[in-house]
Amino acid sequence: MEITDEKLTELKEKANNIRISLIEALITAGSGHTAGPLDMADIFTVLYFHTLKHNPQKPDWPERDRLVLSNGHICPVLYSTMAHAGYFPVEELKTLRKFGSRLQGHPHRDFLPMLESSSGPLGSGLSQAVGMALADKIDYGLTSERRIYALLSDGEQDCGQTWEAAMLAGKEKLHNLTAVIDRNNIQIEGYTENIMPLESLSDKWCAWNWHVIEIDGHNIEEIADAFEAAKGIFGKPTVIIAHTIAGKGVPEFERDYRWHGSPPGKGPTDKVPADKQGDVALSELRTLGGKIRSEHE
Amino acid sequence: MLNPDLKLNTKIFDKDVEQIPIRQGFGEGLLAAGEKNMQVVGLCADLTESTKMNLFAEKFPNRFIQVGVAEQNLAGVASGLAAMGKIPFISSYAMFSPGRNWEQIRTNICYNDRPVKIIGSHAGISVGPDGGTHQAIEDIAITRVIPRMMVLSPCDAIEAKKATLASVDTGTPVYIRLAREKTPIITTEQTPFKIGKAETYWTSEKPQAGIIATGALLHRALLAAKELEEQGIEVEVVNLATIKPLDEESIVKFAKKVGRIITLEEHQIRGGMGSAVAECLAKNFPVPMEFLGVDDQFGQSGTPDELIEHYGMGTKSIIGAVNKIIKR
Repeated sequence: MEITDEKLTELKEKANNIRISLIEALITAGSGHTAGPLDMADIFTVLYFHTLKHNPQKPDWPERDRLVLSNGHICPVLYSTMAHAGYFPVEELKTLRKFGSRLQGHPHRDFLPMLESSSGPLGSGLSQAVGMALADKIDYGLTSERRIYALLSDGEQDCGQTWEAAMLAGKEKLHNLTAVIDRNNIQIEGYTENIMPLESLSDKWCAWNWHVIEIDGHNIEEIADAFEAAKGIFGKPTVIIAHTIAGKGVPEFERDYRWHGSPPGKGPTDKVPADKQGDVALSELRTLGGKIRSEHE
Repeated sequence: MLNPDLKLNTKIFDKDVEQIPIRQGFGEGLLAAGEKNMQVVGLCADLTESTKMNLFAEKFPNRFIQVGVAEQNLAGVASGLAAMGKIPFISSYAMFSPGRNWEQIRTNICYNDRPVKIIGSHAGISVGPDGGTHQAIEDIAITRVIPRMMVLSPCDAIEAKKATLASVDTGTPVYIRLAREKTPIITTEQTPFKIGKAETYWTSEKPQAGIIATGALLHRALLAAKELEEQGIEVEVVNLATIKPLDEESIVKFAKKVGRIITLEEHQIRGGMGSAVAECLAKNFPVPMEFLGVDDQFGQSGTPDELIEHYGMGTKSIIGAVNKIIKR
């Protein structure tokens, strides 16, 4: 499906608003992860506002596509996107990580049943997505149309279970499965290539019989095209390696692994003092929002 | 005497009592479940024949998934299948599932509220010559501690078949513990089985103690009860096939009747079925207890009989524990 200029601007603005909301939620929460949610906002936007077959008014619609967030710690972007898509009020984002909230620190279906999976412990989301894709393969064979999406981090490529699941998906030729790897090059303790070198990621996934697409994870059209291209691949699952900038949207936070697990107010202070981090982040994002609008006009 | 209401195998005490591996009962149960319910699917981690899932796999190849030696993935994939309405049974050796993949079972299955059935074969010390690495004697403890999980430990192949069929419709995760060896047939097709129900298999007029046994060791408990009767000591024996949810009502009633309780399980004493019984009785009706099982050790190679005797779960140990407890 072609994205018009108008739609493109709308999606860019949407992604920016999702970033603003998730930053506001993290500020109120006083804990949580910042870099991953910011860098995945464009991909979530394309999924929820362009690609996914879903219905926010009817979250349990049986024919919906399925989306499994494996690295549950980036749930601020999931919650923010779902709120902007109409699953629940944007205002509710302020309850993130609070006692009794539906928006648990890591996603939990008991509290928010519209989630496809409770998640957090790394490395297990792809297995669940493979199970979902297999269920459709059992029922409808190799022509099943529903798409199953698994969103993974690059850090969880360290986990053996990710590769167990990748092998099985390749063996079972799960054409209906698309995985996305957030290749932001950071994990909680440092840069991925220092913690545990992953490259060449692309070769590794090819070796397990996956179709590999590499994209700029902040280019809306590239993201949308990759999801569309995956639908055309027969007899193989597809993995989209999305090259992203950790902390995207707030230049002061970008590319710095120390923002992996810190919320504004508790991040590294060499660029921005702690008490200014929330304001700086919101101000940068609002300026960006203005730019998106003025470029279109 | 054997409880006549339960229609137990009349040949229990014969030398030539029929012996079938408990896992065989699971295999037949899963096949029957698959015939009855199209949503039942089977997944295995390279032990299809050993766990007897092969019966299902041969009949329903389209509903069987071989995941290879990858137990963590086994649990995660099953969770995903259950999310789509399937009723997955996953099988491996108990040491590896629920052993190796405990966190995936806890989070992907139980925390996620997915009704996956976890079949742990080759549980207990009676795995024998394979040695301690393959003897799962911690599995009851690590499964019963997880919220939502049901834990079943059938005493023979017939009960294993019933347990397998009953697990299909619970809507919850279920762990079913199976043994490798051929074990004596204690029950019959007519013996009642209900998840969550403890049954008294050996009754007496004036019991001086009670034995609560689970799994294949129930047979040894019954042998001990018979021998004790011949010595003039009366006991009762309960088959505790469901360890969770625990039949607290029956256990308290039993404790009130027998006054002293011995638990018997092919498992570590700490955290197992005996601990579950003790938790219940300490709260509701404390009585003196003895715990028969493995006492904080790992196993080793040997024949099943040698190992059961060595680690204190044989008939001699049971009789010894009864003689000890009635003096307390």
